[in-house]
Formats: sequence, C-alpha cells, structure tokens
Amino acid sequence: MSNSMDDVAQQAKAFFIIGSNTTEQHPVFGTLLRRAVIFRGAKLVVADPRKIDITDFATLHLRQRPGTDIPLINGLMHIIFEKGWEDKTFIEERTENFAEFKTTVMNYPPEKASEITGIPVEKLYEAAEILATNSPMAVIWAMGITQHIVGVRNVIDLANLQMLLGNMGKPGGGVNPLRGQNNVQGACDMGGLPNVFPAYQPVTSPDVIEKFAKAWGLDPGPQTVDDKTSSIVHGLSSKVGMTVTEMMPGILEGKTRALYILGEDPVMSDPDTKHIRKCLEVIDFLLLQEIFPSETSVYADVLLPGVSFAEKTGTFTNTERRVQMVRQAIPTQGDARNDWWITSQIAKRILAGTPNRVQNEAPYSGWEYRNASEVMSEINALTPSYGGITHARLEAGERLHWPCPTLDHPGTPILHTKQFTRGKGKFMPIDHAPPAEKPDDDYPMLLSTGRVLYHWHGGQMTRRAKGLMQVYGEALVEVNPDDAVKLGVNGKTHVRITSRRGSIKAQAWVTDRVPPGMVYANFHFPDASANELTHATLDPVAKIPEYKITAVKVELV
Amino acid sequence: MVNIKINGQSIQVVSGKTILQAAHAHDIEIPTLCYHKDLNPTGNCRMCMVEVEGGKFLQAACVTPVWEGMDIRTHSEKVAKDRKMTLELMLANHPQDCITCDVSGECELQDLAYEYKASAPEWGSKGTRYPVDSDPNPFIRVDMNRCILCRRCISACAEIQVRDVWGVAKRGFDEVIVAGAGTTLLEARCESCGQCVAYCPTGALSNKMNYGMARAHQVKKVTTTCSYCGVGCQFDLLVKNDKIIGVQSNPNAPANGMALCVKGRYGYDYVHHPERLTKPRARRYLLEGKDKNDIRDSIRDTRKSNTELSNIESPWDWVETEWDIALDIVAKKFIEIRNNFGADSLGFLTSAKCTNEENYLMNKLARQVVGTNNIDHCARL
Repeated sequence: MSNSMDDVAQQAKAFFIIGSNTTEQHPVFGTLLRRAVIFRGAKLVVADPRKIDITDFATLHLRQRPGTDIPLINGLMHIIFEKGWEDKTFIEERTENFAEFKTTVMNYPPEKASEITGIPVEKLYEAAEILATNSPMAVIWAMGITQHIVGVRNVIDLANLQMLLGNMGKPGGGVNPLRGQNNVQGACDMGGLPNVFPAYQPVTSPDVIEKFAKAWGLDPGPQTVDDKTSSIVHGLSSKVGMTVTEMMPGILEGKTRALYILGEDPVMSDPDTKHIRKCLEVIDFLLLQEIFPSETSVYADVLLPGVSFAEKTGTFTNTERRVQMVRQAIPTQGDARNDWWITSQIAKRILAGTPNRVQNEAPYSGWEYRNASEVMSEINALTPSYGGITHARLEAGERLHWPCPTLDHPGTPILHTKQFTRGKGKFMPIDHAPPAEKPDDDYPMLLSTGRVLYHWHGGQMTRRAKGLMQVYGEALVEVNPDDAVKLGVNGKTHVRITSRRGSIKAQAWVTDRVPPGMVYANFHFPDASANELTHATLDPVAKIPEYKITAVKVELV
Repeated sequence: MVNIKINGQSIQVVSGKTILQAAHAHDIEIPTLCYHKDLNPTGNCRMCMVEVEGGKFLQAACVTPVWEGMDIRTHSEKVAKDRKMTLELMLANHPQDCITCDVSGECELQDLAYEYKASAPEWGSKGTRYPVDSDPNPFIRVDMNRCILCRRCISACAEIQVRDVWGVAKRGFDEVIVAGAGTTLLEARCESCGQCVAYCPTGALSNKMNYGMARAHQVKKVTTTCSYCGVGCQFDLLVKNDKIIGVQSNPNAPANGMALCVKGRYGYDYVHHPERLTKPRARRYLLEGKDKNDIRDSIRDTRKSNTELSNIESPWDWVETEWDIALDIVAKKFIEIRNNFGADSLGFLTSAKCTNEENYLMNKLARQVVGTNNIDHCARL
C-alpha cells in the first residue's frame, strides 16, 4: 500500500474497491471501510462481478464481466477526460508520457467500455463522477486484479487512474493493494523473490552483487562457471531465478531437481493440482518444513517440524509496510524447532561440505545466530529500507513503516509524497486483452476462485480449528439461482464442476452473489479444491496464474 | 474554552466536551459501566452520575456537556449513595455466582460492587431468568442472566464491526438483549468477530472455547501479531500451563485497536492440534541409503498412506528420526544435486507465513550458500 490503512480509512472522501473481497479477506480493514462509509459519509464504488458483502455498503456496485477490468478503468478515464476532471497540475508537475497514454484511453469511449464490461453507460458516468469529484480517492485492490494474465496491466492502469486524478502521495489517496498473507510483504522485502536481494536490490546489478558478495564472504571477482553443469561455482549468481510457477513445471523438464519448501502447500495453492502432483511425483528430492502433514508432504522426502507463530520471535510486515513484533508465547511443541534454526543448520552443513565457497572474515559470512534479533541486525546492515528497524525500537513501542533507513528515522507511512521512486510518474498506455481461457459449448460457464471468511488458503490451519469447521465445514460452490433452476439444483444439492483439467464435487450454495453463468469456488478443502480446475496460464511479467477465470461445466450429481 | 470546577479544582475545558471527558483529561476518576472510550456514549447505566451545583438531579457525566461556571462533585455522599443503589439494582437481577463465573477478576460490575460495597439486596431475584449458554455459536457464549443491559455489545457491533446484530427487545423488567429478531447469532448474520465479547463488562458474553479454563489472574498474556491475513492485527495470547487458551483484544494494537476477525480471535486452536509435527521424519529409503530412482514403484504403492506411520515396511514409509540425521541427509542431497546438476537445479520456496528474519535466511541460503536465485514464495498464488 502506498498509504496506511488508518490514513485511507480516515482521510479518503471516496474508495474504489476493485478485485478485493475486503470484509472477508482483510476483515478488520473491511470494518474500517464500513465505518468510513456509515459514520463519515465516504463514498464507495465497488467493481466486482460478485455481490460480495461490502457491496451492501457501496454507493454504487459495478458488476463487470470477469476479465474486463482494463476497459472498465479506461472507460472511466475517458469520461474523466470528457468532463475535464483530470488533475492538470499533478500531471504537469509529477508525470510524463501523458500524450501517448491519453491516445490509448481515447480508444475506450463509454459505449465501447459498456459493451465489453456489461456495465450500463450511465453507471460508468455515475462511477466516474463519484471517483473524480470526491478527492482524495483511494484505490484498493487485491488478487481480483492481479490474478489474471493481464494482472500487471490491470495494476498499471489503476496507477494511471490515480495519477490522472492527482491522488498519489496524498493522505487518503494512493494505490493500495491488500497483501494476502500475514507476511507476504516481508517475504518480498527480504529477497524471497527470484530477481531481487532484500529491499528489491536487483540481482542483475553488478554493484549489488559486489555489496552482497563482500558482506557474505563470497568471491567478489567474476563468477566462475562449472563447465559440466554451467552453474556458478564461486560468487553470487546474477541470473534472474525461476518463479514458483516456473520451478514446478521445471521439474518435468529436468530443470528443477530439488526443492526446499518452507511453510507452503503447493498442492493446495498452486493452479492445476493434477499437474503439480505430477511434477512433485518425479522430483529427485523434496524437503518440506511444516507444522502439519499436508497435501504436499505426501511427496516430501524429508519432513522437518517447524513451529507456529505462537512459538517464535521475530517480525511480520503487514500490508501497509508496518513492521511488528511476533513474540514467543509458548515453548516449541515436542522436538519441533524454530524455523530460523533449521535453515541455519542446513546452511552450515552445506557450507561444511563445500569448503572454500565462503571466506569467513567477511562481516556476515557466518550462520552462528543465537536469536532472531541477531538476524535482524544483519538485515539492518544489508537492507536499506529496514536499516533503522530493530527489535529494540519495536519493543520500545515505536510504530515503524518502511522505508526507515536509519535508527533516528521515524518511518514512512505514506509513499511518493514528493516524487516517485523513479522521479516522475510514467503514464503507460494499457490496452485490453481477453482472458486466456474462454468458455465454449463443452465448458460454457466461468469459474472464479478465492477464499472465504472462515478459512485460510490451503486450509492446513483452519481445517484444524474446531469452531471454524463448525461454521464452515465443507466447500460450498456459489451458483446463481437462474443457473440453479436450469441445472435442477435445489437446497443442499451437490454439483460436479469440470474444467479441461479436472473435476470436483461440492455442495452448491444457491445465491445471487454470483451473476448467471459464473460459479465461485474455494481451495480450502482437499476433496473439493478449486485448484483441481484452474489453469497455469501466467501473466508474462509477474508470472501470476489466471486463477480468476476458468471455463467449466456444472452438472448435477 | 469554558471554566469549570471538579471537586473544587478549577479546570479549563474545550466547550462541547462532556463532564467525563473533562474529568479524564485531568485524571479525575468517575466510575462507568456502559461507557467505553471507543463507543458513542449512551448514558443508560447511571454509574457515572455526578452532582452539579444548583442542579435538581444528578447528571450522567458521560453525556452531559460542560458549561461555563459548572461546579461538579464526583464523589460526594449523595453521589456515592446513588451509585451504590444503582449497583444494588443491577445485582438484584444478577446471579450471585461470582465464585464460579469465568470473568471474575476482570468483571467491571464486580469491581464496582467491591468499591461501593454493594451486594444483592434481600428482595432481589434469585432465579435464573434465561437459559444459560443460550446460543449455539461455537465461539460466543451467551448468558443473559449476567447482562446488566449496558448495551455495549449493541454499540460494539454497530460501531466497530458495523454489523448491527445485537438489539434490545421488550421493555421494563423484561427488557433483554437479542440477536436479530430474537434468533441465533449466526442467523442474525453474526460474523463471529467477538467484538461484543471484548466490550462486555460482565460475563454475559464470554468466549466458549476457553470457558472454565482459566481466570484473568491465572493466565500469562503475550502480545503478538496475527498469523492470518496482511492487516497485521495485534492481540494478546492467553497462556496457561504453556498452552494457548485464548486470544484477547489489546487496546493498544496499532492497526486494529480492539477489533479482530473470527480467525484472529478464535482460529488459534490449530497450534495445539494433535497432528502437529513434533519430530523430523525421513523416508525409509533415505535412512537405508537407497536411491530414490530404484524405489519409484513402491513409492506409488505407499503414497496413499503417507500421514500414518505404517507398520508394513516400505522404502517410502515415514520414519521418525533425529535432527542430526535428518539435517545431514538434507545437506548431503543438496550438495549432491548441486554438484551433479548445478546450483540452478535447486529451488527454494520461502514462506509468507514465516517471519522476516526467517525469510532473510532463506534468501541467504539460496544465494550465498547454494548460489542460485531460484527463490520465490506464494505472493503470486
């Protein structure tokens, strides 16, 4: 998020929620938005094919066809130009490439946008007026925007909208993607990505490579390559690595031979389960570090018991870049060990077996950590945006959002206030492209996937929480009443949903939350996981799968 | 600004503030029950009554705005007598079961009764008027016998959660708090966030999952950050005998204040689930030094029974082993594969559920130790 949650909730005059089921997936932030609407009179436009709970609070609900976000956003911007609502000063002072961008937007008159999205023209005008004339306006999104083959383009187009309206760098405005997992922000910040070191320092930059080679005690000279395997023997690799969505299919191609999976369950959470199973079946070696046996542990060669959040100390970084302490409350269970300890042990043992790789005199070459706070000190030294975020400051009650480069820096709740990271904000012309998988006679309906309030992702934790299972103990598939009538679904009937890759049986929930022609399923339960059906077509840049659009057929069981 | 006096002390207050706000700003204590700083004052419990010079009646401090020259006494004899009577009226319809009540020790009614030496009057009702534990919600325990009709639950649901589940039914002695139109909580579209429980000053609303397990003074509280979504709510874990028995709102939580969702407040019991992994496991073939490629057939046969530690020996069986053995196997395999196929044949999936420190180390392991950038996590999934 460019802004913080309380800033958005307290300062925005209007919200544009697009592709976020906020009250179910970020429930407490959802309540902040409900409060803003009810008690402060903030306007709310929700764009979502589904009638999700927050639409009860919406000034206006736009029900676009799945996969038509770009024509919707471009159509709204076309109206903004038509009415002269753009922020000319902001565009002039803070942005570039405006002309080219405007030419593209001009190809999306409201009539055309309406035809593609299925939203009536007058509703587009109404939405544009609410969003443009109530300033500042905050855009909020989640996976409904990103999990498309045009995920990156969707995001850029929302940034275009916010620059056009001058909503960047302002209290109550900004681009506000809601991060799903408790520490997905931190996992990205800490270099858990194939193209960047911690704090997004690119692996392709010679300066960055030199910095980390020196700190970690690696040969700073040119990388030495092994002829047999053509891999780096000394030094750090400057070759961008594979994403998870490339590593998995890479197993079948012989590119990936071994995986170390920490606290993840790809069989439940990756697209096209059957394919994932096939990949994991043939892997040479799979190490899984988990708190429970999972759908993925079926394929593991070694299973190491890590610990839950209640048994560890460290930090999580939330969706607004706020770094917060996690504190150990109970002893580790049985002979389970802290995850940082396990990783350190593996590192030490591999290094012992590959002498000469690391020079021990470098400041951070070693793995002799006594606790998480010592790891954080190393992070402080090598991660500019976390330079001043120490356990001591957090324990003293300081509230720190990164970037926080030094010990005396107060942190940065709002980004881009004076300029963007690259200097001027660059408008990018964005065109519509249809989804990868289209319905046909055999698979006439659209499936979208996501989570529900009572469960979490692959369900390993929440399926083991008794009360949550009492409220929601079985996968429900949302089916529109019109479709239900056609199918003969009545009451608690089970339906079979089949895609080009797999098939699941689940109980139908007949509800107008979904429009006719669309069904919605979750991936919390192994016996009815939506990911048996989804496909692994990826956004070309972000390599994110298009979970939100799968062609399916629905039959009565 | 207006000039007022509280207990003889001259104070300047911004006009429009209530007597209670003025008193709090100067650390003058006035007892309250229905009032909570997060909620709009309703002025219905009458505990905060104060004496205002020249006034015919006592005034409710939480809803009475200050005026120029106001002269207030917060603890006069008249006030104390009135508060004691108010408490006695509440206790007259409250079960006298503090000795077995779950919230004893953190009950605001109990504290005030103690302070004002109020006990249930002789003429009070002795019977139970409502069914105990009357709602089937798996998280929220409802016992309206203990309700003092302060309406904080109604305000918490309406103003914090904005769900409007709770309301008031009937009048006079029969007045009662109900969910929806007198239905169950879930039928009344309750999201089971437990905000009403967090704000209830008595034991009328309590947590079903840890009912009878511990009282406030018997638990250790540890403030931590939730492990579910990216909002980053903080709360206190309640620990007794090294076990988590509950989650309690911490009013100082930066992102969420007192608010939590159903998973954050009630989805903690997985931590002590019997299926937790507590010992390293390796497949039998690894401990026997065999090659995975030679046992592919038996892997297929035994895969189905993976979660059970089976008695029939298959090379693909799980065998519980010691840390040193398991870690050595892992290191040996990684080195072997790296030497044979190169560093880029190894992949690392770090975890969005783990800490920054743990993620940093996974990044360091992949890049420094192994020499590959094949590291990712579920941000895309």
